[in-house]
Amino acid sequence: MPDKIKFTVDGKECQAEAGMTIYEAAKANGIYIPVLCHYEGLKPVGSCRICSVRVNGRWMAACTQPVTPGMVIENASPDVEEYRKAIIEMLFVEGNHFCPACEKSGNCELQALAYRYQILVPQFPYLFPKKDIEAFPKFLLEHNRCVQCQRCIRAIQAPDGKKVFAMKHRSGRVRINVDRKLAARLSDEEAQKAMDICPVGAILRKEVGFRIPIGRRKYDRRPIGSEIEEKK
Amino acid sequence: MSKPVIATASLAGCFGCHMSFLDIDERILDLIELVEFDKSPIDDIKKFSRPVDIGLIEGGCCNAENVEVLRYFRKNCKILVSVGECAVMGGLPAMRNTIPLKECLEEAYLNSPTVAPEDRLIPADEDIPILLDRVYPCHEIVKIDYFLPGCPPSADLIWEALTALVQGRPLRLEYELVKYD
Repeated sequence: MPDKIKFTVDGKECQAEAGMTIYEAAKANGIYIPVLCHYEGLKPVGSCRICSVRVNGRWMAACTQPVTPGMVIENASPDVEEYRKAIIEMLFVEGNHFCPACEKSGNCELQALAYRYQILVPQFPYLFPKKDIEAFPKFLLEHNRCVQCQRCIRAIQAPDGKKVFAMKHRSGRVRINVDRKLAARLSDEEAQKAMDICPVGAILRKEVGFRIPIGRRKYDRRPIGSEIEEKK
Repeated sequence: MSKPVIATASLAGCFGCHMSFLDIDERILDLIELVEFDKSPIDDIKKFSRPVDIGLIEGGCCNAENVEVLRYFRKNCKILVSVGECAVMGGLPAMRNTIPLKECLEEAYLNSPTVAPEDRLIPADEDIPILLDRVYPCHEIVKIDYFLPGCPPSADLIWEALTALVQGRPLRLEYELVKYD
């Protein structure tokens, strides 16, 4: 067995297996690095940058960057946290996130991150962009809430490996596009998987909603990431 | 020393935040010891009678009257607090922000299936406050000093914020106090 890699996070000495990403290595040491586009088991893409850490003075995405020996990682420095907070706030103002009217509220990872950082108001002006809602046989696609994390693209495939979700356009016009024929063939379980994998309320199963009462939802009582931090 | 004076208003809101404020239950007895109320729907005082220390604003600005009341509050309150999602970000009324105002009015007063043909008329009486092009969060109209999110913010959050302000101590924000729904 190869030697473990040694590195530090906020001055704490850590060890991890070679080949792990910074996010995984920190997690193995009971340190939570916030992520949004990343999901266990999916190939990381590093698109949201909420996992940004400073390594030996340079910014890196913890979900894609492999850990290497001697890395000096800053995860909780005030400016790193401020940078992440700003990204979360930008995601809020760039969409139409009406939490009180959203089925995902309480189970939403974007909202949970904002709760963790105790964001009371974004520092940026709300844009109220014009977006639409698309309906498919098994689910709804709420573009107002989509943060383009690409989790659905990576996770949901037809039996022959074809992707059901894809990106359309670029930059500010980018949006998730759905293959209507493949989407029509999704089972209830696959539609549920798509909804569960969506960090926000952009993919919603039809005919179910608000199933878990307020107070018992995922992030009602415990901050996101606390399950990692409690393992210390 | 006289007690701090507070005032409240509901703009484009549903009064839910005021209801949540009343959810402080028996702490309302402590509140009366702690502060005095001036202009507020709770005591039905219509005009400011003295300088106010803390103004609590529920709701965003959807019409000209909301803007006028908000500016009136800013002028008379030392500290102004946005209370609830509508004041902070426009809230559910702001769902109309992506739809042109003309379309909203036509849908509500002309094309809606519940409008009888003889009633098809967009109200334009000069006594009715004119609608703004969209719903504005309060801090886009005047300077707001503090923000309490939530729909509504819990009574515990309102109580904590109010007592912290009155006693001049930092806010103790427990995890469960910051919620957007």
